[in-house]
Amino acid sequence: MQTFFQQVINGLSLGSIYALLALGYTMVYGIIKLINFAHGDIYMLGAFWGYYVINAWHFSFIEALLSSMVVGAVSGVVIEYFAYRPLRHAPRITALITAIGVSFLLENGMSYLFSSNTRDFPQIISQHNYDIGGVLISNIQILILVTACILMILLQLIIKKTKMGKAMRAVSVDADAAEMVGININRTISFTFALGSALAGAAGVLIGLYYNSTDPLMGMTPGIKAFVAAVLGGIGSVPGASVGGFLIGILETLFQSIGLSAYKDAVVYGVLIIILLVLPAGIFGKNVKEKV
Amino acid sequence: MKSTYKKIAYIISMAFIAVIFAGCSTAKTSSKGNPQTGNTIKIGENMELSGAAGGYGNQMKQGIKMAVDEINKQGGIDVNGKKKKIDLKVKDNKTSTTTSASVAAQFVNNDKVNAIVGTATTNAGTAQIPNITKAAVPAISPSATDPNFTLQKNGQVQPYVFRACYQNNFQGGTGAKFISDTLKAKRVAVLYDNSTDYGTGLAKAFKKSFKGTIVDSQAYTEGDKDFNAILTSFKHKKMDAIYVPGYYTEVGLIVKQARQAGMNVPIVGTDGMADPKLAQIAGNKNAHNVFYTTPFSTKASTSNPVAKKFMAAYEKKYHAEAPTFSALAYDSIYMIKQAIENEKSADSTKIAEGLSKIKNFKCVTGSITVNKHHDPEKPIAIEQLTNGKVSKTYQVK
Repeated sequence: MQTFFQQVINGLSLGSIYALLALGYTMVYGIIKLINFAHGDIYMLGAFWGYYVINAWHFSFIEALLSSMVVGAVSGVVIEYFAYRPLRHAPRITALITAIGVSFLLENGMSYLFSSNTRDFPQIISQHNYDIGGVLISNIQILILVTACILMILLQLIIKKTKMGKAMRAVSVDADAAEMVGININRTISFTFALGSALAGAAGVLIGLYYNSTDPLMGMTPGIKAFVAAVLGGIGSVPGASVGGFLIGILETLFQSIGLSAYKDAVVYGVLIIILLVLPAGIFGKNVKEKV
Repeated sequence: MKSTYKKIAYIISMAFIAVIFAGCSTAKTSSKGNPQTGNTIKIGENMELSGAAGGYGNQMKQGIKMAVDEINKQGGIDVNGKKKKIDLKVKDNKTSTTTSASVAAQFVNNDKVNAIVGTATTNAGTAQIPNITKAAVPAISPSATDPNFTLQKNGQVQPYVFRACYQNNFQGGTGAKFISDTLKAKRVAVLYDNSTDYGTGLAKAFKKSFKGTIVDSQAYTEGDKDFNAILTSFKHKKMDAIYVPGYYTEVGLIVKQARQAGMNVPIVGTDGMADPKLAQIAGNKNAHNVFYTTPFSTKASTSNPVAKKFMAAYEKKYHAEAPTFSALAYDSIYMIKQAIENEKSADSTKIAEGLSKIKNFKCVTGSITVNKHHDPEKPIAIEQLTNGKVSKTYQVK
């Protein structure tokens, strides 16, 4: 029983990172129907920024987290402006290929500039374990879970309560109609990228602190897994992405705990295939019938 | 008219294809191999400078560069009384087997190198074998560990393939012996990197020679960062030690996460861990009760003048403690130098002959004797880390 709860804690910590990343995928898809494959690399940029400011400028955890959210947001907007905006009216596949290109550019660009070596992330918060009935939970795990939850709630509030959130929802339903009622489409899309990328930047700092390692290729696998999480939850749905992220984290942990660690990645991709076959709209996705 | 154009286009394209294919075939010369010409000895460096193994390749590049600079500063290699400088040609194989094969082809056919250093990985190294064998140019890999790397399918030795590191069976066997004899551990869990030949080969070799019980065996892939789930499942299986054949990037995280989960059993690994970065990633206070087999012990090196000199020079040049991969690569260049001086010729076939005859050659990683399988026989050490620093060195016979 202890083992089981310990594994659940492990799964939730891992899952909260996937959830934060999945939110970025889902929002961008929801608004411009683009799978932004460079999203995982913004997470990497966030981790590198955290590494830099803590080492060079001695930022505290909160400062590092907030500043890398800003860096994430800015890089998201810049990428959108230069790579995706010119292709707004091009076929969707063009933008998708561009996204993959941007991802490679970020990975290899960072490897070229800062070498592909793994760096140890500065440990600004020392780890303490709390023993709750034989189950160990560390202060960093709590911090990750709490930060992730706060950010997700904030995001939900922004989308539901603010004017910009309303604009985002309007654009995602019908961009042309939204434009007709006076919504600035470009600004709304930039804002969406900024929000999603800020979450990815935060995830980067959290993961750096949790695992104590950053490298230029770190965004690749989590990025793809977060994409699977977004599809699982129903791509385009914000609560879906959060739930999907936690589910993927727990699923991965479960398979490792029963001794199938070599297949943990295969299981995640298997889930993607099954979801696409059985429930293509995902758990929270609306099954929209095409009008003929 | 149109059909004439077509015909001309056809002829031209066939001519092009013929030229392309001609370029692929090795130029046939009356004598085998690439002879030494001019005032330099050409050495090709076929190395993983980017891609998955880029980190290791770049460390090797540093070691190779140091060795070449040192030799050239002293006037070069003595070839039958004449000093000839080394002309080092560096090409990145991008950790890809196809690129590695084409880099080797360019080296032997276009650059006419006399010897090749590389590759870092067994996969890329195996891919270059057909090209170097056809051209009769020896290649020495600083770190390819697969037991079959230097052997042909029929069990005979590859005449032009050498290495400067231990093969897996030797290192895995030593690890197994150390765990049962010195650590007195009976129940061991294995956690290996199954995305590389290195990890899978060592895990296999370990399991074959370990006498106690293997309570669990799990795998991870390169780039994984979360091992909490696997470690939690190990924890409840009551093991005395964990064997982790893999590289420091992941093993550092395994050490950190195991200690943070309250597991204090010995963690035993291999030379892929022998890097100061391991303690940085794991955190100094977590890096205790950690052991690894290594050809290059910084402690043992105090009694080895070659290693002492190398480490001081490395520290001066790169302001860091020398990693094992740099040491192995450095030795690879000196093995080539020794082969040339013994044979009094820098022709590629002669270098191959010389390499296979190296005996008791004093290197950074110990005194090397090349055996009939082209594996170096040299002492193996086990280092123990306490609070991130090497606290003890065990010599295993």
